[in-house]
Amino acid sequence: MNILYFAWVRERIGLPREKVETSARTVLDLVEELRAREERYAVAFSDLSGLRVAVDQELADFDASWEGVREVAFFPPMTGG
Amino acid sequence: MKISVQEAGFDLGQESQDFAAGHRDMGAIVTFTGIVRDAARGGMVAMEIEHYPGMTQSALEKIAAQAMARWDLGDALVIHRHGRLERDEMIMMVATAARHRKDAFEAAEFLMDYLKSRAPFWKREITAKGADWVASKAEDEDALARW
Repeated sequence: MNILYFAWVRERIGLPREKVETSARTVLDLVEELRAREERYAVAFSDLSGLRVAVDQELADFDASWEGVREVAFFPPMTGG
Repeated sequence: MKISVQEAGFDLGQESQDFAAGHRDMGAIVTFTGIVRDAARGGMVAMEIEHYPGMTQSALEKIAAQAMARWDLGDALVIHRHGRLERDEMIMMVATAARHRKDAFEAAEFLMDYLKSRAPFWKREITAKGADWVASKAEDEDALARW
């Protein structure tokens, strides 16, 4: 699965994208796996209320579950316009 | 429907002319343009806009399609830039064409409200001291509730 990070999430984790092997079936499961990896992930994912997630390029909820998902992206609330 | 995510600048006059010229049957054209300003008066010299290349275009298309479905519109246009923008440069524009002005105005406001917090762009303000990510505002999220 490809995981993408944008804006300050990208800066805190230190990379824009990575490929991970995971058996996670929900966004929250994936977040737990990432948090357990290293401190920088735990810091980036410490407050989920300040984060947004997209699953296969569609905005999703953190409790969203999936089947055969290819790409998950984490980022702060968007500031377009 | 023209949706453009681009690094290059755009000519507001030309885009507006072209949009209006394609809709001579429409009685109302509304345009909105966003400009890089030092809103917080924090000495901002430029802005950097990051986006999610795989998702941005489709997210904007969906937002514009929602506007087209909800109001009696002839057409909609969205141009949104990314990359580094200097102060006073134009960041983005939306335009709507409708038979009546109420649809054109409301749809343009809807587009702006959704672009602010549902399109994957992130602004960073550059000052002489460094760079800071622009925080989203609660009022931008609240603005969606009225739709």
